[in-house]
Amino acid sequence: MSDIVLETRHLVRRFGAFLATNDVSLKVERGARHALIGPNGAGKTTLINLLTGVLPPSEGQVFLEGEDITSMASFRRVKRGLTRTFQINQLFNEFTPLETVALAIAEREGVGHNLWRSIAGYGKVVDEAAALLARFGLASVMGERTVILPYGKQRLLEIALAFASKPRVLLLDEPAAGVPEDERHEVLQIVSDLPADVTVLLIEHDMDLVFSFANRISVLVAGAVFVEGTVAEISTDPRVKAVYLGENA
Amino acid sequence: MSVLPQETTVSANSSTAAAETRAAKLMKRRSRIRFYEIIVWIAAIAAYFVLPSKMLILTEIAILALFAVSLDLVLGFAGIVSLGHTAFFGLGAYVAGLLALHFIAEPVTGLIVAGIVSGLLGLLTSFLILRGSDLTRLMTTLGIGLMMAEIANQMAWLTGGADGLSGFSPGPILGMFEFDLFGKTGYLYCVGVLFIGTMIMRRIAFSPFGLSLKAIKGNPMRSAMVAVPARKRIVTAYTVAAIFAGMAGALLTQTTSFVSPDVLAFHRSADVLLVLVIGGTGYLYGGIFGAILFTLVKDWLSVITPQYWMFYIGLLLVILVMIGRERLSRWVEYLPERFSKKEDR
Ligand SMILES: Nc1ncnc2c1ncn2[C@@H]1O[C@H](COP(=O)(O)OP(=O)(O)OP(=O)(O)O)[C@@H](O)[C@H]1O
Ligand SMILES: [Mg+2]
Repeated sequence: MSDIVLETRHLVRRFGAFLATNDVSLKVERGARHALIGPNGAGKTTLINLLTGVLPPSEGQVFLEGEDITSMASFRRVKRGLTRTFQINQLFNEFTPLETVALAIAEREGVGHNLWRSIAGYGKVVDEAAALLARFGLASVMGERTVILPYGKQRLLEIALAFASKPRVLLLDEPAAGVPEDERHEVLQIVSDLPADVTVLLIEHDMDLVFSFANRISVLVAGAVFVEGTVAEISTDPRVKAVYLGENA
Repeated sequence: MSVLPQETTVSANSSTAAAETRAAKLMKRRSRIRFYEIIVWIAAIAAYFVLPSKMLILTEIAILALFAVSLDLVLGFAGIVSLGHTAFFGLGAYVAGLLALHFIAEPVTGLIVAGIVSGLLGLLTSFLILRGSDLTRLMTTLGIGLMMAEIANQMAWLTGGADGLSGFSPGPILGMFEFDLFGKTGYLYCVGVLFIGTMIMRRIAFSPFGLSLKAIKGNPMRSAMVAVPARKRIVTAYTVAAIFAGMAGALLTQTTSFVSPDVLAFHRSADVLLVLVIGGTGYLYGGIFGAILFTLVKDWLSVITPQYWMFYIGLLLVILVMIGRERLSRWVEYLPERFSKKEDR
């Protein structure tokens, strides 16, 4: 019955003597809206880096749809449907949003290696890029250089870019951070509207957003999975409260 | 949330359609021929009629320009620094010389064979530059350049060693156009090859492949996250660049009827980098503008201070780098953007 899409086994990552990821064994079901929460420095971003191949793990393994991808290059993982957004925007400063998204779509469609045809000649790619940008409210700035866009727009592009790869597993590292208050729910709504078989792992500090979005929550503390459960379980767990209150105190 | 009122859906559709139209226009505009491009090629032809006594230096510029445009493909697009690009230039020069000396004097054949052989060397050595930082790449490419120079020196039975290769003269181009004493045919030949080479690399620049190269340079981590296979792309770009560098070397051989070991000298790799620093990187024509300025300045300096011109070239380099690479690679943006005046926003 349970169909595990993404799994880690005894994942460990050290920075020198420091344990940023401590024996994390995680299972994410297909179609899950899974939230990953935890105080600052808990190792949430590090875990995403290990899942996407940005960092190699010190120990342990990562499986995507049952296949061991621990030592697979990042771009291959993306080709297999695993992609992410970054907590700190990682964009192409000199590109326009249109070029940025068109690149991702061209690569997804397997035409990125073509060195003889102009991108303008790929009508479907350009149309899809335009439609995606329109959906994220970026149509009016599609021809500007990314670096001059306001931060909120860049943030939306960061998320739109991950969508352009049409991931089957999408990892979102604090996507709402920096998005203007009134657009936050819209962004998470777009994420919620993803097809039911797309799996989403969301890192988010805003508990209201987490509780309204997720159907499963893992709490990470000091690199290790502290507790995992349903929204109802986590929202009433006194230990989780203690972790957050302890942090705020 | 999914059940939207009718009007909203309609307006969403029409705004998507508007976005698509605009996107198509913007994408077409990217690759449109710019004003300065037309000027460059008109000037190249005009020079043939206006400056008949300057054919030799103009030929030198055209060859250096092709060499620099090829380097821009790896430096300005993929962001790969190289201090050994002359390995391909020199190999092409020797291949063209040996071919003319022993087998076939027709220049276009020599040009193509030189391009293929240099491209093969590019393909083989590209695997050495895949790993590491800018510094390790500088060292690796420098090493490859030095090794090629030493190999040419050691294989004197084939390359003529320190004496170089001579005693051949190119036949008529495609069996039709004889080289003349004043270098007029040679100039047109070199400009023709430069034009075709630049147009080919220009097409590459505006393709999905060219865009992915710029993505690798702009943000390697993100480019991996949109599924760009960086290593494959770099291997291809480096190979294509090597082909055109080899052709530039072949042009030098064919227009001078001589191959000196100097074609593999380190200063050529440094010169061609300086050309790109002067002309700007990432838009191909920087190689052409840079080659013109570099050659003219070098020529002028070597007349007024024959002993010290290297000093001034060095000084120029320092000043240019102090001004900043960012500003340099964008000076061309201040030129008129388009040839046509039609506004299409
Ligand atoms: N490249 C690195 N080198 C050394 N230490 C690192 C590195 N990356 C992360 N760390 C450390 O690992 C710990 C976990 O960092 P990480 O960014 O994963 O936390 P996080 O849970 O994402 O925090 P936040 O909520 O602030 O984003 C931190 O103490 C951080 O300083
Ligand atoms: Mg983080």
